[in-house]
Amino acid sequence: MKLNFQVEGGNFTKAGAASSEVKKVLKQLGVPPMIIRRIVVALYEAEVNIVAHARQGIISIDLYPDKVEIELRDKGPGIKDIPQAMQEGFSTASEEVRAMGFGAGMGLPNIKKNADKLHIESLVGEGTTVHITNYFAKP
Amino acid sequence: MELAHIVEIVNGRVICGEEKLRRTVTYGFSSDLMSDVLTINIEDLMLITGLTNPQTIRTAEMADIEFILFVRNKKITPEMIKLAKENDMVLIVTGYSLFRTSGLLYNAGLKPVY
Repeated sequence: MKLNFQVEGGNFTKAGAASSEVKKVLKQLGVPPMIIRRIVVALYEAEVNIVAHARQGIISIDLYPDKVEIELRDKGPGIKDIPQAMQEGFSTASEEVRAMGFGAGMGLPNIKKNADKLHIESLVGEGTTVHITNYFAKP
Repeated sequence: MELAHIVEIVNGRVICGEEKLRRTVTYGFSSDLMSDVLTINIEDLMLITGLTNPQTIRTAEMADIEFILFVRNKKITPEMIKLAKENDMVLIVTGYSLFRTSGLLYNAGLKPVY
């Protein structure tokens, strides 16, 4: 099963709408709640990152019987130094993002913690693509 | 702790989810930082916060948190209430500060996460 969502940069009222839909689908599929939680926390942080930093993005979800593959592709500023961005506490977020309760440099570490597999590609000035894979049962 | 008892202790007002006031909750976590809330992997938790925007509700949704207590009489928007109702949440508001609310509930037996 495939699901696709458009994400609008800067639109905080809609941030999380895609993650919310995915959570409902995973529940319907009978995925264990603790596994759903890991998937949606990683996805939600990544979705908020698009809203916080990029102009626009597309989230593609591929559901298999044993796993979910998530790709978040955005057009935005990109990440200059990915290892630095992965460090807890490092943030380039605006005041507006901080006022929403994010931007404390915890997003990428949270994604890493909750993803079974994580891969990030980024080109400065072009955008960032985040790949997240989670298994429904521990492989 | 029963939610109805929590409402009484903080002199709170229930915004939605009145029908769930007989439910109980074990843990409390006070934060305005949603990424911090998302790190907590515990069931049976009440979020106590001064942050009022739709992302507070979304964060609770992702973290499987059903109960949110807002402090300092913060204004809860209709959009937040709609999202909360869709997710069967209980929203409570108190006029007390985050510090006072947390202190009262800790004293009354609501457990800390850390």
